[in-house]
Amino acid sequence: MANLASEFLGIRSPNPFWLASAPPTDKEYNVRRAFEAGWGGVVWKTLGLDGAPVVNVSGPRYGAIYGPDRRLIGLNNIELITDRPLDVNLREIKAVKRDYPDRALVVSLMVPCDEDSWKFILRQVEETGADGVELNFGCPHGMAERGMGSAVGQVPEYIEMVTRWVKQNSRMPCIVKLTPNITDIRRPAEAARRGGADAVSLINTINSITSVDLDLFAPEPTIDGKGTHGGYCGPAVKPIALNMVAEIARNPETRGLPISGIGGVSTWRDAAEFMALGASNVQVCTAVMTYGFKIVEEMISGLSDYLDAKGLESPAQIVGRAVPNVTDWQYLNLNYTTKAVIDQDSCIKCGRCHIACEDTSHQAIAIGPDRTFVVKDEDCVACNLCVDVCPVEGCITMKELPEGSVDPRTGKVVGPYGNWTTHPNNPMAAEPAE
Amino acid sequence: MSSSQRRPGVVPGRLDPADYAAAFADCAPPLDPHRARVAADRCYFCHDAPCTAACPTGIDIPLFIRQIATGTPEAAARTILSANILGGTCARVCPTEVLCEGNCVRVAAGEAPVEIGLLQRFATDRAMAAPQPFTRAAATGRRIAVVGAGPAGLACAHRLAMLGHEVTIHEARPRPGGLNEYGLAAYKMVDDFAAREIDWLMGIGGITIEHGRVLGADLNLADLRDGFDAVFLGLGLGGTNALDCPGADLAEPATDFIARLRQADDLSEVPVGRRVVVIGGGMTAIDAAVQARLLGAEDVAIVYRRDRDAMPASEHEQDHATSAGVRIVECAAPKALARTDAGIAVAFAYTEAGPDGLVVTDETFTLTADQVFTAIGQTLLPPEGFETQRGRIAIGPAGRTSVPGVWAGGDCAQGGEELTVTAVAQGRDAALDIHASLQG
Ligand SMILES: Cc1cc2nc3c(=O)[nH]c(=O)nc-3n(C[C@H](O)[C@H](O)[C@H](O)COP(=O)(O)OP(=O)(O)OC[C@H]3O[C@@H](n4cnc5c(N)ncnc54)[C@H](O)[C@@H]3O)c2cc1C
Ligand SMILES: Cc1cc2nc3c(=O)[nH]c(=O)nc-3n(C[C@H](O)[C@H](O)[C@H](O)COP(=O)(O)O)c2cc1C
Ligand code: SF4
Repeated sequence: MANLASEFLGIRSPNPFWLASAPPTDKEYNVRRAFEAGWGGVVWKTLGLDGAPVVNVSGPRYGAIYGPDRRLIGLNNIELITDRPLDVNLREIKAVKRDYPDRALVVSLMVPCDEDSWKFILRQVEETGADGVELNFGCPHGMAERGMGSAVGQVPEYIEMVTRWVKQNSRMPCIVKLTPNITDIRRPAEAARRGGADAVSLINTINSITSVDLDLFAPEPTIDGKGTHGGYCGPAVKPIALNMVAEIARNPETRGLPISGIGGVSTWRDAAEFMALGASNVQVCTAVMTYGFKIVEEMISGLSDYLDAKGLESPAQIVGRAVPNVTDWQYLNLNYTTKAVIDQDSCIKCGRCHIACEDTSHQAIAIGPDRTFVVKDEDCVACNLCVDVCPVEGCITMKELPEGSVDPRTGKVVGPYGNWTTHPNNPMAAEPAE
Repeated sequence: MSSSQRRPGVVPGRLDPADYAAAFADCAPPLDPHRARVAADRCYFCHDAPCTAACPTGIDIPLFIRQIATGTPEAAARTILSANILGGTCARVCPTEVLCEGNCVRVAAGEAPVEIGLLQRFATDRAMAAPQPFTRAAATGRRIAVVGAGPAGLACAHRLAMLGHEVTIHEARPRPGGLNEYGLAAYKMVDDFAAREIDWLMGIGGITIEHGRVLGADLNLADLRDGFDAVFLGLGLGGTNALDCPGADLAEPATDFIARLRQADDLSEVPVGRRVVVIGGGMTAIDAAVQARLLGAEDVAIVYRRDRDAMPASEHEQDHATSAGVRIVECAAPKALARTDAGIAVAFAYTEAGPDGLVVTDETFTLTADQVFTAIGQTLLPPEGFETQRGRIAIGPAGRTSVPGVWAGGDCAQGGEELTVTAVAQGRDAALDIHASLQG
């Protein structure tokens, strides 16, 4: 049996599944329930400065995007950082950490951009016995307008400066949480590293408007006739998050910087994918807000079975394993040739592959007698759109043409590895080696 | 089981008065918006969809389901109704298990089909809360006579009205609808749906229905052909096949029983036997047997001369009957009916499939009943002067009969499959052909 125990910046947890800083981690009550349910760690809901706490709207905070059967695939929120008094949160953090010494408890922070504010809050957090801090440079709404959250996260110089203050004023491990609302995720990650961050976590939520009420002509969630952009998260954002994690993992400037993967993690498989792309652990928010804490049981059993099946002992062994296979387009093998093949036995004759290819691709699927759908190899460019639109899993597959065979579409022999950098059509191609 | 169920003879009021409503409640209750959305999400939006190909009226099913899925059931209803103006009835009564749903690719995938019938009902129910959505083209000044206000006649009339023609429907019976009103099972057409749908349909304008007008009695074809620009016959099947055995007159056509039940203001006043035998194997046999049970008959048997696989009623219909407590006796043919002290004794002989068809064996048995219904097919009493084929008025593809200027469709015409939906398709297509020929 694989051992899921995880160590991140020296912070131990019985498994790599943490809860992200959000409503599930806003109170002692929730966090105790999470730990009882089996979560390895939590990042406590973001704390702000002492004094009058922030105020949340008292109308709806969330917008939702649904898939079939009202399955929640995307969630948007306009919630702020914790709206409970600082001393209450600190007292609760201390109590929980005392009772669950084996779990990771990291405290998320967001205070104004001056060193004194950070000094003040860091001292308070240190006294709770918490394992580390996460700097919330990500919240895209409400706090950004006040010069915090993503307003900091969008300016690499600020990230570096604040991170440095934190490292200078505290011995706690420091995770910098990044906002995806930028053009190139590598820049803020590099800044965090320069500032001395021990790790980055990403992604925070994505600026979004989920939907518009077409009677009120107002964005949703609608607060008294008006709406505002909120932060998007949940399964829908996973592809964006995976790419950003991979970009940081393979960037020479940030290579080796520990990553906590966040964004749409809902199952063990999502977690394993983040880890394969370089995340040492993952944080979860929307999935528990949808299904409750119990899903961690599936994540634990799933990851453990997967590792067993692969003959691996620890999740650390998959961390970063897919990173070497993330490359730039120009290095892809342009001679690798496949053709779609439709398995007639499992085909249910819906015709979606045909119409997709006919209307929008390469007219490569013919309708034969009795609605049989057959790929014309001489027209198939192997885009695999048909595979993607086929409702039957495994019915259409892409078959590789062996090297040396002839591609009926081009009439050319399938050659060995060759990429764009040496391709004859590339005006800037390097001279092929003799 | 209430004791009045065991009262001998043919009597009304076998159920507690409060129980009739539940007994005859909607057999396939409507979807609520959430369930409709979930059901709609299951549609694959097939290319050249097999379900549409299987619908006699060719409703664009993937399109209307997508319109439901995107929250526009009224648009979905227009998609349905523009192909099939009686889409509301068809949603309730079509044997979808052999039509659209039977051809859903999800069945090929080993799953339950998309609930097309219920989704169609979801959309049309919403549309019928508003006036019918179609408008009439500029008046053409043409007048067309339709005979019969069943689904064929109504579909024809509505399409003609849309195209700008004036239509007079001549109907023998006091209420419109044909078998929608007098034949379809009560639990499929709850809340007076047939009449409500026709009121809604008539909102198009340009259609007049004259009741108590019988072609062949107070109307003749020559007058109709003289007085109108075209004639459409949607007569249905007026006659029923009778048993060909001694005592045949002791049995009653099942359709008469059903019509009585459908027309009753109060179901507790409809008499039914304690023991009922229904002879036949089609939809009519099933409906008569099930409704006899629902009225409180204690023992109801359908007796069919072939085996269950050969029954014209679908497996789904058969299951419906057996789950209502109807017994299905297969491979038995009636030999004689006789009145005895105990009731009507129906003697049957078992049958066997032989190389040249059904063979009646010597092995017999007798069922004693208070009421015996026959459901062994309906017949057409064809108006004079028409070419016929297998007892139906012969028609060309668009419903043209052998008599110039006269079209026919529905059960009375060749090719009608004795389904509401085919009657609608043929009525609609005849209207288009009439229109084309008048434009001529
Ligand atoms: C008991 C029963 C149950 C059925 N259940 C189903 C079902 O569940 N699903 C399904 O799809 N189909 C069902 N059917 C079949 C379906 O009802 C018919 O196929 C359909 O009604 C045919 O429509 P139509 O317009 O051709 O004829 P009809 O509905 O029979 O209408 C004919 C109309 O013409 C009138 N008429 C007849 N002769 C004259 C005349 N000489 N002068 C003036 N008017 C005249 C009649 O009064 C009647 O109103 C059932 C049939 C029966 C008998
Ligand atoms: C209602 C809500 C409130 C959130 N509040 C915070 C917060 O206070 N601090 C923070 O760093 N992230 C916050 N987040 C972002 C989450 O921690 C997480 O980064 C994001 O939801 C993506 O993960 P997911 O797809 O698993 O939900 C919040 C998210 C939600 C849905
Ligand atoms: S892979 Fe693309 S081009 Fe080939 S058959 Fe499928 S859809 Fe058409």
